[in-house]
Amino acid sequence: MKTEIFVSKINFLRVVDENGNADESLFPKDLDSGTLVRMYRLMLLSREFDAKVLSLQRQGRAVTYAPLLGEEATQIGSALAMRPSDIFVPSFRQHGVFIARGMPMDIMLVYWRGYEEGNIIPKEVNGTPIIVPVSTQLPHAAGMAFAQLYNKTGASVLVYVGDGGTSEGDFYEAINFAGVWRLPLIVIIENNQWAISEPRSRQTASQTLAQKAVAAGIDSIQVDGNDVIAVYSATRDAILSGKPTVIECITYRMGLHTTSDDPTKYRTDSELEAWKQKDPISRMKKYLESKNLWNEEMEKKAAAEDAALIDNAVETAEKFKPNPRSIYEHVYSYMPETLKEELDEAEANNFWQGVTE
Amino acid sequence: MMANMVTAINNALEQIMTENEKIVLLGEDIGIDGGVFRVTEGLINKFGERRVIDTPLAESGIIGASIGMALSGMHPIPEIQFAGFMFLGFGQLINHASRFRSRTRSTMSLPMVVRTPVSGGVRTLEHHSDSPEAYYSHIGGLIVVEPSNPYDAKGLLIKASRMNDPVIFLEPTKLYRLFKQEVPEEMYEIPIGKANLIREGEDLTIITYGTMLHEVTSVVKKKNLNADVIDLRTINPIDEAAILKSVRKTGRVAIVHEASLSFGVGAEIAARIADKAIFDLKAPIVRVGSASLPYPFPGYENYHIPNEAKISKAIDRLMTS
Ligand SMILES: Cc1ncc(C[n+]2csc(CCOP(=O)(O)OP(=O)(O)O)c2C)c(N)n1
Ligand SMILES: [Mg+2]
Repeated sequence: MKTEIFVSKINFLRVVDENGNADESLFPKDLDSGTLVRMYRLMLLSREFDAKVLSLQRQGRAVTYAPLLGEEATQIGSALAMRPSDIFVPSFRQHGVFIARGMPMDIMLVYWRGYEEGNIIPKEVNGTPIIVPVSTQLPHAAGMAFAQLYNKTGASVLVYVGDGGTSEGDFYEAINFAGVWRLPLIVIIENNQWAISEPRSRQTASQTLAQKAVAAGIDSIQVDGNDVIAVYSATRDAILSGKPTVIECITYRMGLHTTSDDPTKYRTDSELEAWKQKDPISRMKKYLESKNLWNEEMEKKAAAEDAALIDNAVETAEKFKPNPRSIYEHVYSYMPETLKEELDEAEANNFWQGVTE
Repeated sequence: MMANMVTAINNALEQIMTENEKIVLLGEDIGIDGGVFRVTEGLINKFGERRVIDTPLAESGIIGASIGMALSGMHPIPEIQFAGFMFLGFGQLINHASRFRSRTRSTMSLPMVVRTPVSGGVRTLEHHSDSPEAYYSHIGGLIVVEPSNPYDAKGLLIKASRMNDPVIFLEPTKLYRLFKQEVPEEMYEIPIGKANLIREGEDLTIITYGTMLHEVTSVVKKKNLNADVIDLRTINPIDEAAILKSVRKTGRVAIVHEASLSFGVGAEIAARIADKAIFDLKAPIVRVGSASLPYPFPGYENYHIPNEAKISKAIDRLMTS
């Protein structure tokens, strides 16, 4: 006997198209006009913040930075779908998620100026710090999701990973764990088509990244990641379902991998140009304008407000004075004598005198 | 030719691949991008994408697959983008690469060279500045090499590529483009397992390697020290004979490395000297390393890495006790 025992399918969701036209039948009912405007404004703010950090880096006022340009809808749509009690676990490019969750931008800038103090996240933001080793945050998120079940909090955990990150073992291990225990884990794959210089096609022969969830026995969907409404809708549904879910957001890294990267080495201008036509921000703007929720005057006012907020954050961040003792003081829950001796030696001998950062 | 470390390694790789067609390179972004430090620049054009393989983003996979290639008559040279990410493949190195030979009584060996950038001092993000040489040396079965200059980098890499062992080849990021030096066009080997006495003196011995060699040299010059300076070049197996010979002559020894002080290479060297030459010592052995804590963020790294003040103070202590 030979018979088909399993078939699977992956849905693709888009609510608002590139011209700003919405499919009303798919439009999430819970989105009021205030939230729609807020979504747009957060996308604008994220893009402005991003441009600012990039320019600070170019002036030697920030360390290596990973821009989010082009990925605003994926980040803001998913972030706004979270309830305050839901927890987010970023990798290293989710500046928009942090901003949307109320992370003070000056603290974010302290991270990008190269200090651990930039990882001090206010409680209400309900997220974990930036994680640099790709995909290693996914098992953490699975564990955190288990804890939500264990502690009966009813909260979900949203974890972010790139297209490249789905090749790591930790990705599979996390979704597998989530499947077995039916954990409230939502994996947002921010598929920006590139992992540094390697295109998506170099990562997997799989037709979609969403279908990787199938083998873990969990739900998944692919969404237009430049459509903030679609991202919101899919994420909100997944959160409300309480089930482990993978959401693949199709977006594009319009900028550099990081400030150390030169994309002209490996990709064409025409590819970038094509994606610029699908810009997530102009798409939402068209939609809002068509509903009379937005106009040029509001845009100008928003830009001025955002610039002031960002300048303020930069000023505060640049006032931060690093304390070299802090690198010793937070290694353990107590200060071991041998470490204290190393610290005392450094201070007593002025090893730090004249040190530049 | 005048070459920095990047060019020297690139040149070595090109010659190695031309010499031995069993050699392939594999890693993340090593193809058209030429690696994030451009060490493999241009090699894909010359050797094609089956010999310069852009792999999926998976370090355990890269090292595990390299082991499989090595078991099957190939000679892989995987690149791990940064040493901090090699820990994702640590299991493959410790559980397999280190002991395939011994557990098959040399019927199966693993000719492979794992290249990775190490150490800090260049303001990189978290996990991009680790100095992991002690981990790989501790297990046994992995040869651990770390050049401190372009000339050594080329010669050591050529030698490593002709061995029938897994070699961990650590390339200090800070030294990639720090300086150029005359590097022969032709292929040449630098022996593995042999330290390099780069400066001779009578009063003290300074043992170091990698990034710290340059700090040490500067301190020696400024203080006008009459010192033997030993560049280990190979961390494991360590050149104990060279160390003991020098220590027996000078009777005073300082060991300087960028890796954290505790449980490090310095501890190993100090213990060997204590075992075999303690009665030749005129003063207690002095060790200098980074603070005993995980590598901090870039804004703090210069408070962490040993600087000239710290090395100088340690040497004062050594010379006056
Ligand atoms: C384990 C690990 N390996 C390698 C790197 C170096 N690295 C940083 S980002 C990156 C590509 C990530 O691609 P993707 O997951 O698609 O995320 P994106 O950068 O596109 O947001 C690589 C290889 C790393 N940070 N961690
Ligand atoms: Mg990507």
